[in-house]
Amino acid sequence: MEDCKLTTILVPSGVLGLGFSQAALDRGVAMGCDAIAIDGGSTDSGPHSLGTGQSKYSRAVCKAEWRALMQARARLGVPLILGTAGTSGTDSTVDWMYQITCELAEELGQTLRVARLYSGQDTGCVISKLAAGRITPLSPAPEIDAAAIKSMAHIVALAGAEQIQAALQTGADIIIAGRTTDTAIIAALPLARGAHPGACWHGAKIAECGALCSTHPGTGVIRVTFDQTGFEVEPMAPEAACTPHSVSAHMLYENSDPFRLYEPGGYLDVSAARYTALDMRRVRVEGSEWVPGPYTVKLEGARLVGYQTMLLAILREAHYVANAQAWADKLVTVLSARVADQIGLATGDFDIELRLIGVNAAMGALETRESLPAEVGALCLITARDQAMADEIGRLANPFLLHMPLTEDEPLPTFAFPYSPAQTSRGAVYEFALNHLMGLDTPMEVFRLDLSEVGAHADVA
Amino acid sequence: MPMLRDLVRKVAAKNAGPFQVTVDVFCGSAEAYARVAPALSDRAVADLFGIAPQVLRRFDIPDLHVVKFSMPRPVVQGSRRDRDMHGAQFATLLEELLI
Repeated sequence: MEDCKLTTILVPSGVLGLGFSQAALDRGVAMGCDAIAIDGGSTDSGPHSLGTGQSKYSRAVCKAEWRALMQARARLGVPLILGTAGTSGTDSTVDWMYQITCELAEELGQTLRVARLYSGQDTGCVISKLAAGRITPLSPAPEIDAAAIKSMAHIVALAGAEQIQAALQTGADIIIAGRTTDTAIIAALPLARGAHPGACWHGAKIAECGALCSTHPGTGVIRVTFDQTGFEVEPMAPEAACTPHSVSAHMLYENSDPFRLYEPGGYLDVSAARYTALDMRRVRVEGSEWVPGPYTVKLEGARLVGYQTMLLAILREAHYVANAQAWADKLVTVLSARVADQIGLATGDFDIELRLIGVNAAMGALETRESLPAEVGALCLITARDQAMADEIGRLANPFLLHMPLTEDEPLPTFAFPYSPAQTSRGAVYEFALNHLMGLDTPMEVFRLDLSEVGAHADVA
Repeated sequence: MPMLRDLVRKVAAKNAGPFQVTVDVFCGSAEAYARVAPALSDRAVADLFGIAPQVLRRFDIPDLHVVKFSMPRPVVQGSRRDRDMHGAQFATLLEELLI
Protein backbone atom coordinates (compact mmCIF):
# COMPACT_ATOMS: atom_id res chain seq x y z
CA MET A 1 0.00 0.00 0.00
CA GLU A 2 1.65 3.20 -1.22
CA ASP A 3 0.56 5.45 1.65
CA CYS A 4 1.99 3.08 4.28
CA LYS A 5 5.48 3.85 2.99
CA LEU A 6 8.07 4.73 5.61
CA THR A 7 9.96 7.97 5.15
CA THR A 8 13.42 8.28 6.64
CA ILE A 9 15.33 11.55 7.02
CA LEU A 10 19.00 11.71 7.91
CA VAL A 11 19.96 14.81 9.93
CA PRO A 12 23.77 15.20 9.96
CA SER A 13 23.86 17.79 12.77
CA GLY A 14 22.07 20.73 14.33
CA VAL A 15 23.65 23.23 11.99
CA LEU A 16 25.99 23.25 9.00
CA GLY A 17 29.34 24.53 10.21
CA LEU A 18 29.39 22.99 13.68
CA GLY A 19 30.72 19.58 12.69
CA PHE A 20 29.57 15.97 12.74
CA SER A 21 31.16 12.54 12.87
CA GLN A 22 32.03 11.31 9.35
CA ALA A 23 31.79 7.70 10.59
CA ALA A 24 28.26 8.37 11.87
CA LEU A 25 27.33 9.98 8.54
CA ASP A 26 28.74 6.97 6.66
CA ARG A 27 26.67 4.65 8.84
CA GLY A 28 23.55 6.71 8.11
CA VAL A 29 24.27 6.55 4.38
CA ALA A 30 24.80 2.78 4.57
CA MET A 31 21.41 2.38 6.27
CA GLY A 32 19.75 4.56 3.62
CA CYS A 33 17.27 7.42 3.76
CA ASP A 34 14.80 9.36 1.61
CA ALA A 35 16.38 12.77 2.16
CA ILE A 36 19.23 14.42 4.02
CA ALA A 37 18.20 17.62 5.83
CA ILE A 38 20.30 20.08 7.78
CA ASP A 39 19.75 23.52 9.22
CA GLY A 40 22.11 26.34 8.25
CA GLY A 41 21.35 28.94 10.83
CA SER A 42 19.59 30.42 13.80
CA THR A 43 18.87 33.77 15.42
CA ASP A 44 20.93 32.60 18.37
CA SER A 45 24.10 34.51 17.67
CA GLY A 46 22.26 37.79 17.39
CA PRO A 47 20.93 40.25 14.81
CA HIS A 48 24.21 40.89 12.95
CA SER A 49 23.84 38.17 10.31
CA LEU A 50 20.31 39.26 9.45
CA GLY A 51 21.33 42.91 9.52
CA THR A 52 24.28 42.48 7.17
CA GLY A 53 23.06 39.49 5.14
CA GLN A 54 26.31 37.63 5.89
CA SER A 55 27.08 34.19 7.30
CA LYS A 56 28.66 34.04 10.76
CA TYR A 57 30.17 30.63 10.03
CA SER A 58 33.51 30.04 8.33
CA ARG A 59 33.17 29.59 4.56
CA ALA A 60 35.93 26.95 4.57
CA VAL A 61 34.23 24.92 7.30
CA CYS A 62 30.80 25.15 5.65
CA LYS A 63 32.32 24.12 2.33
CA ALA A 64 34.13 21.12 3.84
CA GLU A 65 30.96 19.89 5.57
CA TRP A 66 28.79 20.59 2.52
CA ARG A 67 31.27 18.58 0.40
CA ALA A 68 30.78 15.55 2.67
CA LEU A 69 26.99 15.96 2.46
CA MET A 70 27.02 16.39 -1.34
CA GLN A 71 29.07 13.18 -1.59
CA ALA A 72 26.61 11.38 0.70
CA ARG A 73 23.71 12.66 -1.42
CA ALA A 74 25.37 11.44 -4.62
CA ARG A 75 25.81 7.94 -3.18
CA LEU A 76 22.14 7.75 -2.19
CA GLY A 77 20.51 9.70 -5.02
CA VAL A 78 18.14 11.48 -2.60
CA PRO A 79 17.44 15.19 -2.09
CA LEU A 80 19.79 17.21 0.14
CA ILE A 81 17.94 20.04 1.89
CA LEU A 82 19.57 23.01 3.63
CA GLY A 83 17.32 25.31 5.69
CA THR A 84 18.11 28.87 6.81
CA ALA A 85 21.23 29.00 4.63
CA GLY A 86 24.15 31.10 5.86
CA THR A 87 22.97 31.76 9.45
CA SER A 88 20.10 34.18 8.79
CA GLY A 89 18.54 32.82 5.58
CA THR A 90 18.60 36.14 3.74
CA ASP A 91 18.65 36.11 -0.07
CA SER A 92 22.38 36.98 -0.04
CA THR A 93 23.28 34.07 2.25
CA VAL A 94 21.26 31.69 0.02
CA ASP A 95 23.38 32.91 -2.90
CA TRP A 96 26.52 32.48 -0.76
CA MET A 97 25.68 28.79 -0.24
CA TYR A 98 24.70 28.46 -3.91
CA GLN A 99 28.16 29.72 -4.88
CA ILE A 100 29.79 27.15 -2.59
CA THR A 101 27.56 24.47 -4.11
CA CYS A 102 28.56 25.45 -7.67
CA GLU A 103 32.26 25.27 -6.76
CA LEU A 104 31.83 21.86 -5.16
CA ALA A 105 29.80 20.51 -8.08
CA GLU A 106 32.74 21.40 -10.35
CA GLU A 107 35.34 19.98 -7.95
CA LEU A 108 33.39 16.74 -7.40
CA GLY A 109 32.44 16.34 -11.06
CA GLN A 110 28.74 16.33 -10.20
CA THR A 111 25.95 17.68 -12.39
CA LEU A 112 23.05 18.83 -10.26
CA ARG A 113 19.72 20.53 -10.26
CA VAL A 114 19.76 23.09 -7.46
CA ALA A 115 16.62 24.83 -6.20
CA ARG A 116 16.98 28.08 -4.31
CA LEU A 117 14.09 29.07 -2.08
CA TYR A 118 14.18 32.77 -1.20
CA SER A 119 12.56 34.01 2.02
CA GLY A 120 13.63 37.66 1.86
CA GLN A 121 10.72 40.12 2.05
CA ASP A 122 10.29 43.34 0.17
CA THR A 123 9.49 46.11 2.68
CA GLY A 124 6.80 47.53 0.37
CA CYS A 125 5.00 44.19 0.35
CA VAL A 126 5.20 43.93 4.17
CA ILE A 127 3.85 47.49 4.50
CA SER A 128 0.89 46.55 2.25
CA LYS A 129 0.22 43.50 4.43
CA LEU A 130 0.32 45.74 7.52
CA ALA A 131 -2.17 48.13 5.92
CA ALA A 132 -4.41 45.18 5.05
CA GLY A 133 -4.45 44.05 8.68
CA ARG A 134 -2.58 40.83 7.86
CA ILE A 135 0.28 41.39 10.32
CA THR A 136 -0.25 40.58 13.98
CA PRO A 137 2.20 40.95 16.87
CA LEU A 138 3.40 37.99 18.93
CA SER A 139 4.07 38.57 22.62
CA PRO A 140 6.25 40.47 23.26
CA ALA A 141 6.72 42.39 20.01
CA PRO A 142 8.15 45.80 19.15
CA GLU A 143 5.63 48.42 17.99
CA ILE A 144 5.74 48.76 14.22
CA ASP A 145 4.39 51.07 11.55
CA ALA A 146 5.19 51.65 7.89
CA ALA A 147 8.23 53.79 8.76
CA ALA A 148 9.61 51.11 11.10
CA ILE A 149 9.24 48.45 8.41
CA LYS A 150 10.91 50.68 5.87
CA SER A 151 13.88 51.15 8.24
CA MET A 152 14.69 47.41 8.37
CA ALA A 153 17.98 46.33 6.82
CA HIS A 154 16.51 42.90 6.01
CA ILE A 155 13.22 41.13 6.64
CA VAL A 156 12.78 37.38 6.21
CA ALA A 157 9.72 35.18 6.55
CA LEU A 158 10.05 31.70 8.03
CA ALA A 159 9.03 29.17 5.41
CA GLY A 160 7.22 26.01 6.47
CA ALA A 161 6.73 22.55 5.01
CA GLU A 162 4.67 23.76 2.01
CA GLN A 163 7.47 25.87 0.55
CA ILE A 164 10.01 23.05 0.99
CA GLN A 165 7.53 20.70 -0.68
CA ALA A 166 7.26 23.12 -3.62
CA ALA A 167 11.04 22.99 -3.91
CA LEU A 168 11.04 19.18 -3.71
CA GLN A 169 8.42 19.03 -6.48
CA THR A 170 10.87 20.64 -8.90
CA GLY A 171 12.85 17.40 -8.72
CA ALA A 172 15.88 19.27 -7.38
CA ASP A 173 18.86 17.27 -6.13
CA ILE A 174 19.78 20.03 -3.70
CA ILE A 175 17.53 22.61 -2.06
CA ILE A 176 19.16 25.71 -0.60
CA ALA A 177 16.47 27.44 1.39
CA GLY A 178 16.46 30.88 2.94
CA ARG A 179 14.85 31.33 6.35
CA THR A 180 12.72 28.31 7.24
CA THR A 181 11.49 26.97 10.55
CA ASP A 182 14.06 24.52 11.94
CA THR A 183 11.56 21.69 11.61
CA ALA A 184 10.10 22.32 8.13
CA ILE A 185 13.09 20.91 6.22
CA ILE A 186 12.67 17.57 8.04
CA ALA A 187 8.86 17.42 8.15
CA ALA A 188 8.21 18.41 4.50
CA LEU A 189 8.90 15.07 2.78
CA PRO A 190 7.18 12.70 5.26
CA LEU A 191 4.16 15.05 5.30
CA ALA A 192 4.02 14.99 1.49
CA ARG A 193 4.14 11.20 1.58
CA GLY A 194 1.21 10.91 3.98
CA ALA A 195 2.89 10.16 7.30
CA HIS A 196 1.09 11.13 10.53
CA PRO A 197 1.20 14.98 10.70
CA GLY A 198 1.70 15.14 14.47
CA ALA A 199 4.53 12.61 14.18
CA CYS A 200 6.11 14.52 11.28
CA TRP A 201 6.37 17.79 13.19
CA HIS A 202 7.27 16.18 16.49
CA GLY A 203 9.97 13.98 14.94
CA ALA A 204 11.30 16.99 13.08
CA LYS A 205 11.55 18.98 16.31
CA ILE A 206 13.35 16.11 18.03
CA ALA A 207 15.83 15.68 15.15
CA GLU A 208 16.41 19.33 14.25
CA CYS A 209 19.40 19.70 16.57
CA GLY A 210 20.96 16.44 15.39
CA ALA A 211 22.27 14.25 18.20
CA LEU A 212 21.33 16.79 20.88
CA CYS A 213 18.32 14.52 21.55
CA SER A 214 20.73 11.66 22.40
CA THR A 215 23.22 10.89 25.13
CA HIS A 216 26.15 12.08 22.91
CA PRO A 217 25.20 15.47 21.39
CA GLY A 218 28.60 16.04 19.75
CA THR A 219 28.29 13.09 17.37
CA GLY A 220 25.78 14.94 15.22
CA VAL A 221 24.04 12.41 13.03
CA ILE A 222 20.44 11.34 13.74
CA ARG A 223 18.12 9.13 11.68
CA VAL A 224 14.37 9.58 12.04
CA THR A 225 11.73 7.40 10.38
CA PHE A 226 8.11 8.47 10.02
CA ASP A 227 5.05 6.29 9.45
CA GLN A 228 1.28 6.58 9.72
CA THR A 229 1.09 6.51 13.51
CA GLY A 230 4.40 7.81 14.84
CA PHE A 231 8.14 8.17 14.39
CA GLU A 232 11.31 6.39 15.46
CA VAL A 233 14.60 8.07 16.20
CA GLU A 234 18.11 6.60 16.34
CA PRO A 235 21.56 8.19 16.64
CA MET A 236 24.09 7.04 14.02
CA ALA A 237 27.19 7.12 16.25
CA PRO A 238 27.48 3.71 17.93
CA GLU A 239 28.40 5.25 21.29
CA ALA A 240 25.25 7.44 21.33
CA ALA A 241 21.79 6.37 22.49
CA CYS A 242 18.32 7.88 22.33
CA THR A 243 16.28 7.17 25.46
CA PRO A 244 12.68 8.16 26.23
CA HIS A 245 14.15 10.73 28.63
CA SER A 246 16.71 12.21 26.20
CA VAL A 247 14.06 12.45 23.47
CA SER A 248 11.21 13.87 25.54
CA ALA A 249 13.54 16.32 27.31
CA HIS A 250 14.51 17.77 23.94
CA MET A 251 11.06 19.40 23.68
CA LEU A 252 12.27 21.74 26.44
CA TYR A 253 15.19 23.01 24.39
CA GLU A 254 14.87 26.59 23.07
CA ASN A 255 11.08 26.20 23.36
CA SER A 256 9.11 28.61 25.52
CA ASP A 257 6.26 26.06 25.63
CA PRO A 258 7.43 22.43 25.88
CA PHE A 259 4.09 21.05 24.69
CA ARG A 260 3.25 23.34 21.76
CA LEU A 261 5.22 24.30 18.71
CA TYR A 262 3.77 26.86 16.29
CA GLU A 263 4.45 26.38 12.58
CA PRO A 264 3.02 27.94 9.43
CA GLY A 265 -0.56 26.66 9.16
CA GLY A 266 -1.06 25.29 12.66
CA TYR A 267 0.61 23.99 15.78
CA LEU A 268 1.99 20.76 17.17
CA ASP A 269 0.62 19.52 20.49
CA VAL A 270 2.76 16.87 22.20
CA SER A 271 0.94 16.80 25.54
CA ALA A 272 -0.38 13.27 24.84
CA ALA A 273 2.85 11.92 23.31
CA ARG A 274 4.07 8.49 24.47
CA TYR A 275 7.80 7.74 24.34
CA THR A 276 8.78 4.04 24.16
CA ALA A 277 12.26 2.52 24.17
CA LEU A 278 12.50 0.05 21.25
CA ASP A 279 15.89 -1.10 22.51
CA MET A 280 18.84 0.49 24.29
CA ARG A 281 19.30 3.24 21.70
CA ARG A 282 16.11 3.71 19.66
CA VAL A 283 12.89 5.43 20.72
CA ARG A 284 9.40 5.33 19.19
CA VAL A 285 6.95 8.18 19.75
CA GLU A 286 3.19 8.20 19.14
CA GLY A 287 0.28 10.36 20.24
CA SER A 288 1.43 13.84 19.17
CA GLU A 289 -1.21 15.88 17.35
CA TRP A 290 -1.12 18.50 14.61
CA VAL A 291 -3.81 21.17 15.03
CA PRO A 292 -4.42 23.10 11.78
CA GLY A 293 -4.97 26.86 11.90
CA PRO A 294 -4.77 29.96 9.69
CA TYR A 295 -1.83 30.08 7.28
CA THR A 296 0.61 32.56 8.80
CA VAL A 297 4.38 32.86 8.61
CA LYS A 298 6.60 34.46 11.24
CA LEU A 299 8.64 37.51 10.29
CA GLU A 300 12.15 38.39 11.45
CA GLY A 301 13.67 41.79 10.82
CA ALA A 302 16.87 43.58 11.76
CA ARG A 303 17.24 47.33 11.99
CA LEU A 304 20.44 49.41 12.09
CA VAL A 305 20.96 50.92 15.55
CA GLY A 306 24.21 52.77 14.85
CA TYR A 307 27.96 52.20 14.80
CA GLN A 308 30.09 51.21 17.75
CA THR A 309 33.58 51.75 19.11
CA MET A 310 34.83 49.87 22.15
CA LEU A 311 37.63 50.39 24.64
CA LEU A 312 38.78 48.19 27.50
CA ALA A 313 40.65 49.37 30.60
CA ILE A 314 41.61 47.17 33.53
CA LEU A 315 41.43 48.47 37.10
CA ARG A 316 43.88 46.71 39.46
CA GLU A 317 44.47 49.19 42.27
CA ALA A 318 42.42 48.04 45.29
CA HIS A 319 40.82 51.45 45.89
CA TYR A 320 39.46 51.54 42.34
CA VAL A 321 38.45 47.88 42.34
CA ALA A 322 36.43 48.46 45.51
CA ASN A 323 34.78 51.59 44.07
CA ALA A 324 34.51 50.51 40.43
CA GLN A 325 30.79 51.23 40.05
CA ALA A 326 31.06 54.78 41.44
CA TRP A 327 34.05 55.38 39.14
CA ALA A 328 32.12 54.04 36.12
CA ASP A 329 29.05 56.16 36.89
CA LYS A 330 31.22 59.26 37.18
CA LEU A 331 33.05 58.42 33.96
CA VAL A 332 29.82 58.17 31.94
CA THR A 333 28.62 61.51 33.35
CA VAL A 334 31.92 63.26 32.65
CA LEU A 335 32.25 61.81 29.14
CA SER A 336 28.65 62.60 28.19
CA ALA A 337 29.14 66.25 29.21
CA ARG A 338 32.43 66.44 27.30
CA VAL A 339 30.86 65.01 24.14
CA ALA A 340 28.08 67.62 24.36
CA ASP A 341 30.51 70.50 25.03
CA GLN A 342 33.45 69.65 22.82
CA ILE A 343 31.90 67.74 19.93
CA GLY A 344 28.53 69.41 20.12
CA LEU A 345 26.37 66.28 19.93
CA ALA A 346 22.87 66.31 21.39
CA THR A 347 21.77 63.64 23.89
CA GLY A 348 20.23 60.90 21.77
CA ASP A 349 22.85 61.24 19.04
CA PHE A 350 25.30 59.12 21.00
CA ASP A 351 25.40 56.57 23.81
CA ILE A 352 28.19 55.71 26.23
CA GLU A 353 27.92 52.59 28.38
CA LEU A 354 30.37 51.06 30.84
CA ARG A 355 30.19 47.39 31.80
CA LEU A 356 32.31 46.19 34.69
CA ILE A 357 33.83 42.78 34.03
CA GLY A 358 34.33 41.07 37.37
CA VAL A 359 31.38 42.94 38.92
CA ASN A 360 28.19 42.53 36.86
CA ALA A 361 29.11 42.60 33.15
CA ALA A 362 26.89 39.62 32.29
CA MET A 363 23.87 40.30 34.51
CA GLY A 364 23.81 44.07 34.97
CA ALA A 365 21.24 45.22 37.51
CA LEU A 366 19.99 41.62 37.95
CA GLU A 367 23.28 40.48 39.53
CA THR A 368 22.72 39.11 43.03
CA ARG A 369 26.30 38.30 44.07
CA GLU A 370 28.79 40.71 45.54
CA SER A 371 32.48 39.97 45.75
CA LEU A 372 35.79 41.78 45.71
CA PRO A 373 37.80 40.61 42.70
CA ALA A 374 41.53 41.24 42.22
CA GLU A 375 40.83 43.37 39.16
CA VAL A 376 37.90 44.78 37.20
CA GLY A 377 37.64 45.18 33.43
CA ALA A 378 35.92 48.37 32.32
CA LEU A 379 34.38 47.74 28.92
CA CYS A 380 33.38 51.03 27.33
CA LEU A 381 30.84 50.79 24.48
CA ILE A 382 30.23 53.92 22.45
CA THR A 383 27.43 54.09 19.91
CA ALA A 384 26.90 56.91 17.39
CA ARG A 385 25.17 57.49 14.06
CA ASP A 386 28.28 56.72 12.00
CA GLN A 387 31.62 55.01 12.57
CA ALA A 388 33.68 58.19 12.25
CA MET A 389 31.71 59.81 15.08
CA ALA A 390 31.88 56.70 17.29
CA ASP A 391 35.67 56.63 16.75
CA GLU A 392 35.93 60.35 17.50
CA ILE A 393 34.07 59.89 20.80
CA GLY A 394 36.40 56.96 21.52
CA ARG A 395 39.42 59.24 21.12
CA LEU A 396 37.82 61.77 23.45
CA ALA A 397 37.11 59.02 26.02
CA ASN A 398 40.60 57.49 25.86
CA PRO A 399 42.48 59.72 28.38
CA PHE A 400 39.58 59.63 30.86
CA LEU A 401 39.36 55.85 30.72
CA LEU A 402 43.12 55.75 31.37
CA HIS A 403 43.46 58.39 34.09
CA MET A 404 40.21 59.63 35.62
CA PRO A 405 40.47 59.82 39.44
CA LEU A 406 37.52 58.98 41.65
CA THR A 407 37.79 62.32 43.46
CA GLU A 408 39.72 65.48 42.66
CA ASP A 409 41.97 65.31 45.73
CA GLU A 410 43.67 62.03 44.93
CA PRO A 411 46.69 61.37 42.72
CA LEU A 412 46.05 60.72 39.05
CA PRO A 413 45.67 56.97 38.53
CA THR A 414 46.82 55.09 35.44
CA PHE A 415 44.84 51.99 34.59
CA ALA A 416 45.94 49.17 32.30
CA PHE A 417 45.19 49.37 28.59
CA PRO A 418 45.77 45.86 27.29
CA TYR A 419 46.77 46.85 23.73
CA SER A 420 47.42 49.70 21.31
CA PRO A 421 45.42 51.29 19.86
CA ALA A 422 43.14 51.22 22.88
CA GLN A 423 40.01 51.53 20.77
CA THR A 424 38.41 49.13 18.32
CA SER A 425 35.84 50.03 15.70
CA ARG A 426 33.03 47.48 15.92
CA GLY A 427 31.15 48.57 12.81
CA ALA A 428 27.40 48.55 12.35
CA VAL A 429 25.20 47.22 15.14
CA TYR A 430 21.68 45.98 14.55
CA GLU A 431 18.69 44.96 16.63
CA PHE A 432 15.86 42.48 16.08
CA ALA A 433 12.82 44.62 15.39
CA LEU A 434 10.06 42.22 14.33
CA ASN A 435 8.28 39.44 16.19
CA HIS A 436 5.12 39.24 14.10
CA LEU A 437 3.00 36.86 12.08
CA MET A 438 2.00 37.60 8.49
CA GLY A 439 -1.14 36.06 7.01
CA LEU A 440 -0.81 34.57 3.51
CA ASP A 441 -3.40 33.68 0.85
CA THR A 442 -1.21 30.87 -0.51
CA PRO A 443 2.01 29.46 0.99
CA MET A 444 4.18 30.55 -1.96
CA GLU A 445 2.75 34.08 -2.03
CA VAL A 446 5.85 35.73 -0.53
CA PHE A 447 8.52 33.10 -1.34
CA ARG A 448 10.38 32.59 -4.63
CA LEU A 449 11.87 29.46 -6.19
CA ASP A 450 14.73 29.38 -8.68
CA LEU A 451 15.91 26.15 -10.32
CA SER A 452 19.37 25.90 -11.92
CA GLU A 453 21.49 23.13 -13.39
CA VAL A 454 25.05 23.40 -12.11
CA GLY A 455 28.34 21.54 -12.21
CA ALA A 456 30.65 19.66 -14.47
CA HIS A 457 28.32 19.01 -17.40
CA ALA A 458 25.74 21.69 -16.75
CA ASP A 459 24.00 23.02 -19.81
CA VAL A 460 25.01 26.66 -19.41
CA ALA A 461 23.11 28.66 -22.00
CA MET B 1 19.06 27.45 53.38
CA PRO B 2 20.65 25.62 50.46
CA MET B 3 21.07 27.05 46.98
CA LEU B 4 18.94 25.52 44.24
CA ARG B 5 22.06 24.10 42.57
CA ASP B 6 22.81 22.00 45.66
CA LEU B 7 19.46 20.22 45.28
CA VAL B 8 19.17 19.55 41.52
CA ARG B 9 21.15 17.94 38.71
CA LYS B 10 21.31 20.94 36.38
CA VAL B 11 19.78 24.32 35.61
CA ALA B 12 19.96 25.41 31.95
CA ALA B 13 18.85 28.62 30.28
CA LYS B 14 18.62 29.47 26.61
CA ASN B 15 16.93 31.96 24.33
CA ALA B 16 13.64 30.78 22.87
CA GLY B 17 13.93 33.15 19.92
CA PRO B 18 15.20 36.73 20.34
CA PHE B 19 12.31 37.87 22.52
CA GLN B 20 11.99 35.10 25.11
CA VAL B 21 14.23 33.15 27.42
CA THR B 22 13.51 29.76 28.97
CA VAL B 23 15.08 28.28 32.09
CA ASP B 24 14.86 24.54 32.80
CA VAL B 25 15.44 23.09 36.26
CA PHE B 26 16.43 19.43 35.83
CA CYS B 27 15.85 18.01 39.29
CA GLY B 28 17.29 14.60 38.42
CA SER B 29 15.00 12.48 40.63
CA ALA B 30 11.43 12.27 41.87
CA GLU B 31 12.67 13.08 45.40
CA ALA B 32 14.50 16.22 44.30
CA TYR B 33 11.50 17.27 42.19
CA ALA B 34 9.16 16.82 45.16
CA ARG B 35 11.45 18.97 47.31
CA VAL B 36 12.17 21.69 44.73
CA ALA B 37 8.95 22.20 42.70
CA PRO B 38 6.79 23.43 45.58
CA ALA B 39 9.64 25.50 47.04
CA LEU B 40 10.24 27.49 43.84
CA SER B 41 7.78 30.36 44.06
CA ASP B 42 6.73 32.22 40.91
CA ARG B 43 7.11 35.48 42.78
CA ALA B 44 10.73 34.81 43.76
CA VAL B 45 11.62 33.74 40.21
CA ALA B 46 9.93 36.79 38.64
CA ASP B 47 11.73 39.10 41.09
CA LEU B 48 15.05 37.42 40.33
CA PHE B 49 14.67 38.09 36.59
CA GLY B 50 13.20 41.55 37.04
CA ILE B 51 9.89 40.80 35.32
CA ALA B 52 6.23 41.05 36.32
CA PRO B 53 4.91 37.74 37.76
CA GLN B 54 1.99 37.72 35.30
CA VAL B 55 4.32 37.38 32.27
CA LEU B 56 6.18 34.42 33.81
CA ARG B 57 5.04 31.07 32.37
CA ARG B 58 5.66 27.96 34.40
CA PHE B 59 5.51 24.28 33.45
CA ASP B 60 5.74 21.59 36.12
CA ILE B 61 6.70 18.35 34.33
CA PRO B 62 6.86 15.52 36.88
CA ASP B 63 7.57 12.85 34.22
CA LEU B 64 10.89 14.53 33.46
CA HIS B 65 11.47 15.83 37.02
CA VAL B 66 11.64 19.28 35.43
CA VAL B 67 10.32 22.71 36.35
CA LYS B 68 10.46 25.07 33.38
CA PHE B 69 10.11 28.86 33.38
CA SER B 70 9.65 30.95 30.24
CA MET B 71 9.46 34.71 30.11
CA PRO B 72 9.99 37.73 27.89
CA ARG B 73 13.67 38.62 27.89
CA PRO B 74 14.25 41.62 30.20
CA VAL B 75 16.27 43.02 27.26
CA VAL B 76 15.73 41.84 23.66
CA GLN B 77 18.55 39.56 22.48
CA GLY B 78 21.36 41.49 20.82
CA SER B 79 19.84 44.91 21.38
CA ARG B 80 22.24 47.59 22.59
CA ARG B 81 21.74 46.94 26.29
CA ASP B 82 21.83 43.14 26.05
CA ARG B 83 24.74 41.65 27.99
CA ASP B 84 24.33 37.94 27.27
CA MET B 85 23.58 37.07 23.63
CA HIS B 86 22.54 33.46 24.28
CA GLY B 87 20.75 34.04 27.58
CA ALA B 88 22.59 31.18 29.29
CA GLN B 89 23.57 33.16 32.41
CA PHE B 90 19.93 33.36 33.52
CA ALA B 91 20.50 29.81 34.75
CA THR B 92 23.26 30.90 37.11
CA LEU B 93 20.98 33.45 38.77
CA LEU B 94 18.36 30.79 39.43
CA GLU B 95 20.98 28.21 40.52
CA GLU B 96 22.08 30.51 43.31
CA LEU B 97 18.56 31.18 44.59
CA LEU B 98 18.22 30.14 48.22
CA ILE B 99 15.29 27.81 48.75
